[in-house]
Amino acid sequence: MATVGQLQKQFVDFSTSLYREGFLDDQFIQLQKLQDESNPDFVFEVVSLFFEDSEKLLNNLAIALQQQVVDFKQVDAHVHQFKGSSSSIGAHRVKNMCVAFRNFCEEKNLDGCLRCLQQINHEYCLVKNKLENVFRLERQILEAGGTIPLIA
Amino acid sequence: MQFHVLAVDDSVIDRKLIERLLKTSSYQVTVVDSGVKALEYLGLVDDEIANTNTDSNPISTIKNHHEVEVNLIITDYCMPGINGYDLLRKIKESTTLKNIPVVIMSSENIPSRINNCLEQGAEEFFLKPVKQSDVNKLKPHLMRGKGKENQPNFVVNKRKPMAECLSPDRIRTKYNYI
Repeated sequence: MATVGQLQKQFVDFSTSLYREGFLDDQFIQLQKLQDESNPDFVFEVVSLFFEDSEKLLNNLAIALQQQVVDFKQVDAHVHQFKGSSSSIGAHRVKNMCVAFRNFCEEKNLDGCLRCLQQINHEYCLVKNKLENVFRLERQILEAGGTIPLIA
Repeated sequence: MQFHVLAVDDSVIDRKLIERLLKTSSYQVTVVDSGVKALEYLGLVDDEIANTNTDSNPISTIKNHHEVEVNLIITDYCMPGINGYDLLRKIKESTTLKNIPVVIMSSENIPSRINNCLEQGAEEFFLKPVKQSDVNKLKPHLMRGKGKENQPNFVVNKRKPMAECLSPDRIRTKYNYI
């Protein structure tokens, strides 16, 4: 059974690695600043909305790219939305992938788009996993009676 | 003095974000997910909108039946249907709404877009993701707006010093219910 101190260290090490490796950027810190006693689950709520929205978008993208005649404008519209939402929560690598994806849409490059979709799916799964881990560590700290360290 | 801000954004994530940002500044917030809903909320529904609105309600064709007071409108640029620019234009063309300050948000940094919005009368243009420091810039526009709303015939002069704005204690013009 880990102590509060050990859990907090785990949390800090893990969180800082996410910023260092580019999974998250400053916008995620901005989200945390908006969380307080009156809105204690704000980050979790926003990220949950992001997960829901992203899964729909990824599904729509797969369908759009499977069509006989691909509507690249429609594909681009989905990617634009994904770029917006990932940028809003600080999912840095996903956002960057969206930028690349939009370039392929503009070129009407189907192969490029399909490769991007695969990569974006991968990046999304990674960041989802990591964020779930962050929330899990936070919960464990709170359950052990500790406070969550601030990462500035 | 509590200010009421109307936020318009088609993204559920961005709506949550802007709502929280505005509430931390102690503003009263109403959030809608489209330009059409924004115009309906503001009580400005003309024939053009009524025709595009699929759930046609005879009451919605009456202009300005609302007595809602909005001190600032902050809207996303890219939205399906009426985009932020169109919404801005309609507000500025309305005799009853043109004095309400409007702010545009966009994820894309396109100088011509920014210029067009500012020329059309937007007070500010925020690049997304919107931050607390952006929201802090809303106060002076809200303060100025509060003084002007009671005078529908007052010409909007953005350079007018705040001291010349009217006292907010003046009795508001009431609209007649039809």
